[in-house]
Amino acid sequence: MSKLRSLVFALYLVPLVLHCLPAAAVQPDEVLADPQLEARARVVSKDLRCLVCQNQSIDDSKAALARDLRILVRERLQAGDSNAAALQFIVARYGDYVLLDPPFKISTYALWLGPGLFAFAGLIAVLLFFRNRRTLATTPAPLSAEEKRQLDDLLKQDAP
Amino acid sequence: MKRLPYLLPGAVFAVLVGYFAVGLTKDPRLIPSALIDQPVPTFTLPAIDGIASKGLAAADFKGKVSVVNVFASWCLPCRVEHPLIERLAAMKIATVYGLNYKDAPVDARQWLSKLGNPYAAIGADRSGRVGIDWGVYGVPETFVVDADGRIRHKHVGPVTLKVLDNTLIPLIKSLSK
Repeated sequence: MSKLRSLVFALYLVPLVLHCLPAAAVQPDEVLADPQLEARARVVSKDLRCLVCQNQSIDDSKAALARDLRILVRERLQAGDSNAAALQFIVARYGDYVLLDPPFKISTYALWLGPGLFAFAGLIAVLLFFRNRRTLATTPAPLSAEEKRQLDDLLKQDAP
Repeated sequence: MKRLPYLLPGAVFAVLVGYFAVGLTKDPRLIPSALIDQPVPTFTLPAIDGIASKGLAAADFKGKVSVVNVFASWCLPCRVEHPLIERLAAMKIATVYGLNYKDAPVDARQWLSKLGNPYAAIGADRSGRVGIDWGVYGVPETFVVDADGRIRHKHVGPVTLKVLDNTLIPLIKSLSK
């Protein structure tokens, strides 16, 4: 009986989970008849930035330009372009900024490699810091004869 | 030399602050054109229905310096920049063409008859496809094309007096030499 209850409870969660899936702005009249092409169009669109709402892909944006670009991507795929060729068609017109993933070129080396290098440098700094601390914690140099005599004098003074 | 490990993070921070300070002055909505120095895209556009001005095509750009102003009747900044476009056209230093972007003919006709038509020719881009070929992502935008038909400059947003005097007019004059 408890197994059945668990199952019913799990079924209640299904619509909850489905409701949380990201909702694309793709309209029914844009969806291609061929499911494979449509799936490819979605993949390509995910990489393209909507230039009006700049932090969304053209799939997520409701802007008119996003719709135009979605339709254009589908046309290019239907005309026989590969995913890369369709993407390049848009990049040729709008430049690298239309890609949500910045390309790895000389002008973006600092962008891609920077964080890794900083993390690495930070790690080295931490290691060096701990290594220095260990060397500082060694026993101090033994007292010289002069220092021993000074110490004895001081202790004699302190004695009640 | 002993102080180096302490000064280095400070120096790196100062360099980063420098980059960020410059970056903060830039507007991320102004995207540079990917078409600078490239020939004008191949296209042919009909005239706006019912208007005297003729349509626009890629062949119209050879032999003289031109300016292409992307505008629409539904675009408020286009109305604001309109007097400056008229001024530029009146100077007769370049041929000023219009690209009517995603506009219904009746609205475009009304807008032009109300405000005046400074354009030598206007291409009616009802679908916005030719705009996409030019890399248009908003209205208004203004392009400067040289006598060989190459795009030399793109201005995003309304043309202001400052832009006209400091950027567009000097560029047109230098291209006309």
